[in-house]
Amino acid sequence: MTATTTSDRSDLSELGRSEATLRAFLHGLPGVDQVGAEQRAAQLGTRSIKTTAKAWAIDLAIRMVDLTTLEGADTPGKVRALSAKALRPDPADPSCPHVGAVCVYPSMVPYAAEVLRGSKVHLASVATAFPSGQAPLAVKTADTRAAVAAGADEIDMVINRGAFLSGRYKAVYDEIVEVKAACGDAHLKVILETGELATYDNVRRASWLAMLAGGDFIKTSTGKVPVAATPPVTLVMLEAVRDFRTATGRQVGVKPAGGIRTTKDAIKYLVMVNETVGADWLDPDWFRFGASTLLNDLLMQRTKLKTGTYSGPDYFTLD
Amino acid sequence: MFEYAPAPESRSVVEIRSSYGLFINGEFVDPGDGGTFKSINPASEEVLAEIAEAGPADVDRAVRAARAAYEQVWGPMPGRDRAKYLYRIARIIQERSRELAVLESLDNGKPIKESRDVDLPLVAAHFFYYAGWADKLPYAGFGADPRPLGVAAQVIPWNFPLLMLAWKIAPALAAGNTVVLKPAETTPLTALLFAEICQQADLPPGVVNIVTGAGDTGRALVEHDGVDKVAFTGSTEVGRAIARSVAGTRKKLTLELGGKAANIVFDDAPVDQAVEGIVNGIFFNQGHVCCAGSRLLIQESVYEPVLESLKRRMARLRVGDPLDKNTDIGAINSAAQLDRIRELSDIGSAEGAERWSPECTLPERGFWFAPTIFTGVTQAHRIAREEIFGPVLSVLTFRTPAEAVEKANNTPYGLSAGIWTEKGSRILWMADRLRAGVVWANTFNKFDPTSPFGGYKESGYGREGGRHGLEAYLNV
Repeated sequence: MTATTTSDRSDLSELGRSEATLRAFLHGLPGVDQVGAEQRAAQLGTRSIKTTAKAWAIDLAIRMVDLTTLEGADTPGKVRALSAKALRPDPADPSCPHVGAVCVYPSMVPYAAEVLRGSKVHLASVATAFPSGQAPLAVKTADTRAAVAAGADEIDMVINRGAFLSGRYKAVYDEIVEVKAACGDAHLKVILETGELATYDNVRRASWLAMLAGGDFIKTSTGKVPVAATPPVTLVMLEAVRDFRTATGRQVGVKPAGGIRTTKDAIKYLVMVNETVGADWLDPDWFRFGASTLLNDLLMQRTKLKTGTYSGPDYFTLD
Repeated sequence: MFEYAPAPESRSVVEIRSSYGLFINGEFVDPGDGGTFKSINPASEEVLAEIAEAGPADVDRAVRAARAAYEQVWGPMPGRDRAKYLYRIARIIQERSRELAVLESLDNGKPIKESRDVDLPLVAAHFFYYAGWADKLPYAGFGADPRPLGVAAQVIPWNFPLLMLAWKIAPALAAGNTVVLKPAETTPLTALLFAEICQQADLPPGVVNIVTGAGDTGRALVEHDGVDKVAFTGSTEVGRAIARSVAGTRKKLTLELGGKAANIVFDDAPVDQAVEGIVNGIFFNQGHVCCAGSRLLIQESVYEPVLESLKRRMARLRVGDPLDKNTDIGAINSAAQLDRIRELSDIGSAEGAERWSPECTLPERGFWFAPTIFTGVTQAHRIAREEIFGPVLSVLTFRTPAEAVEKANNTPYGLSAGIWTEKGSRILWMADRLRAGVVWANTFNKFDPTSPFGGYKESGYGREGGRHGLEAYLNV
């Protein structure tokens, strides 16, 4: 409903042509009242999800995990182990679904690809000089192409926050367009790094900017700055994808990343998806969790629901 | 589909006795003529308890007990000691909040998430806040040594039973008065549990007296000669009758009556939050809120998108078992209130307004009304003028800020109003011109014990809450 004056698809595709029209559009989006948005997110967090609903939500959340390792210390061995876990998160229970994707640095893509080949687990790679994005555009696109060539079918790029915060929206837009082109058939997730954007108004504008430029997913964070995904930020992004679909007919996914560690938190996000954008987004194709430690908590809670007893963390694999 | 499994709050946390007497002079006593009535659960029509009905002799006994306690104990007691009792009551309320919340939802029909997250925290906060004033009255701005009035007769409504009790009792006691309070006949149970809390807190006998009953009991109480102060929250019609009966006596009077608040959405509003505010404004507590934003005024340039968002949001509301933690809208409080809501809604349709409700299945037993909006409403429609006191929203439009003010003020009521705009200067401009006791900006139905609350025009007079709320209970 946001794009009340531009409900026509062709209108929106024109927006990126000039700095002025892009700015006018982004600054014409309705504002976000901080108090109200935080209150709404907190209210959704009080939903009580029990028994069958909880079991359903846990399995869905597992399927939505982008199992991630993004460390300087990553090695082929570590990435192979992680990929194996992605395929069979709970070796003791074959009914446990596989995760949505494995997410690694470009140099680690070949090792993950070896393990994941032939499976339905996607392979995502952070490209474009992750996490800062402070590299020349040519380097970013080369980074992207290399990751895709090595077998990644999803690219998580970072936006140029410096350009965004200084109001050079067209520069941000053009970069996303270039990276999208470099992706080829791979899906593009655009990381807004909301912790650096600071205000919800900026989050809404950056969300629209990323969608207008062709992003397939919008993602909150790199996980490398102190403030990562929060419920209100995710709420604002969900409202943006909802309104974008109303305006253009194109559906865009959302991925909160960083700081989501418990089943309880994950379920709160699923409730938010359910009550903000509805069932169309309750699918790994349209909603993901960028997380590493979340998976084991989901597995523990899943086992608890099935068996009625908590088993210790030693019963779940650490990779 | 993400179906939420039932998540009922346990009702075993609260013990409901099969019958309750009157709470007079620190103990539960049988009424003189033995009359009783039943309090039921509006969500199931199940009888919860048998309640004593106080006759004139019982009311007289309660007023005498309050007078004796005022003269001998509570009036002479230093403020710092009164404060200790109030702090103690506030702490016990917090400790027993789960019990009180469940009981409130059972007796009133409001969803547990509201009684748990709104009513009970505010109740405790009110007692804590006025406990703080008890030894600081000389600094409240009413002179060096403001004196209490004496015995306060307090009659409260059924929409926020325990919260309205707190609004009445906390300032009265802090200022040094004693009280006789009559809860509404459909929702007496939390007041009676509060009486037990007074016993638990060792509050001196007679300081708080609770007499249960219907209109006749209330009339006997406010017309009693031994009463120095009358405080009433309820309908404008009953408020008028009370004002007439009190006229010409020494009694001081405060009235908090009906409302038909305008919730005004400008074209530059933060739309998603405004929609939340509209929903909260009218569907909070089933719309049983005197300050509910029951008239939505939308600027014409954004009428369609706002309405579309509102409908989408309303489709997500969960109506049903008040004790389920995921319920957003509970039961209508009584059969009589349900009749009134139905009658006015039918009049809305008959007068040509377009009625819309999201699809929702209502339980078979109990009193239920689906969240409803009327579009195409004009100032001339009865649903735009009369208080419905239910989950029914009338949607009107305006073109300019001046027209918004004119329409918002064009009502005999004046309790509250809401403004949604990102422009700070417009908020101030509007707030200056709106004739309403509370004006919320980019929020709605926000309550705080430090903030005065009360009406213009036929919404009543006097203020409750904050420093202003003390004035009603002091001889100033």
